[in-house]
Amino acid sequence: MSITVRIPTPLQKFTKNKSEVTVEGKDVRELIENLEKNFPGIKERLCEENGVLRRFINIYVNEEDIRFLKMDKTPLNDGDEVSIIPAIAGG
Amino acid sequence: MSLNNEQIERYSRQILLPNVGGKGQEKLLNAKVLIIGVGGLGSPCAVYLACAGIGKLGIVDSDSVELNNLQRQILHSTKDVGRPKVESAKERINAINTDVEVIPFNLRLTSENILDIIKDYDIIVDGSDNFPTRYLVNDACVLLKKPLSHGGIFRFDGQAITILPGESACYRCLFPEPPPPGLVPSCQEAGILGAVAGVIGTIQANEVLKYILGLGELLTEKLLVFNALESSFRQVKVLRDPKCPVCGETPTITKLIDYEEFCQLRRKETE
Repeated sequence: MSITVRIPTPLQKFTKNKSEVTVEGKDVRELIENLEKNFPGIKERLCEENGVLRRFINIYVNEEDIRFLKMDKTPLNDGDEVSIIPAIAGG
Repeated sequence: MSLNNEQIERYSRQILLPNVGGKGQEKLLNAKVLIIGVGGLGSPCAVYLACAGIGKLGIVDSDSVELNNLQRQILHSTKDVGRPKVESAKERINAINTDVEVIPFNLRLTSENILDIIKDYDIIVDGSDNFPTRYLVNDACVLLKKPLSHGGIFRFDGQAITILPGESACYRCLFPEPPPPGLVPSCQEAGILGAVAGVIGTIQANEVLKYILGLGELLTEKLLVFNALESSFRQVKVLRDPKCPVCGETPTITKLIDYEEFCQLRRKETE
């Protein structure tokens, strides 16, 4: 599965400043592993040491929060768009 | 309350709008809005709300105007550098419109004072610049069931969501906990394009106006995500979380929390 992933500004230093990357993955867990392979360091920013998604970062599959789907087992299909959205506090 | 001739002229372009009219203008003149932070977000928000004739505008900020604020904080001017922000904000708001009664709070919000400050207002605007205040404001608004317009900005990105406690998802349904101090670059370290603050602060003003006028659809149950480099606006769904620590079925947060200050730079300044 070829998935488009939207990378938020704070994480673009891992993706050579790209706001959008294409990664393979049949579910969110595999997608995160492949993101880490292509862009080392990014997983640590997304997940706690035990692999659970951090509580101030959300992952959306086509506008739906994976916390309300099947978390990292949420399946992905060709053409899906995944967005990573962190909390931001500036004002 | 009826509008005088000057008010009818001043507000004519919005009185003309379908579903606003004189009745809508009276609602605005009777409304009480609290803006937390009169910086990048609070400035444009306050300007539009002042222009629209919000009757009572509370403003909360403990900072003084610095030269580096003026790149985006459009309430303040060069002559204001060194003055408390709430003072220069009040002056500017009243220069725009004396119909607006400005209530300045030159203080930092804490778990001790926030409930007493927000209780008198119809809707709260969060334009603060740090996670501890944002979570404090969310939790306080949930506890007192006060509608909240949340806006956040970072470099070229902006986010906005409107929260109707008890009805729609709160900020903790979206992001249950703030990041630990030091993990996320904050405020002064990160940089911000001034116009991004203008876009999001103006969206917050628009949410407040719609809420008071009872018009359209609020940004509830969805997060608006703006990216300035692409000029893109996207929305993602935000559902109420039954396990939300503050507004869920069995809340674990029943009193307010003062989180540790995040921004190292700010900490140095206050030491």
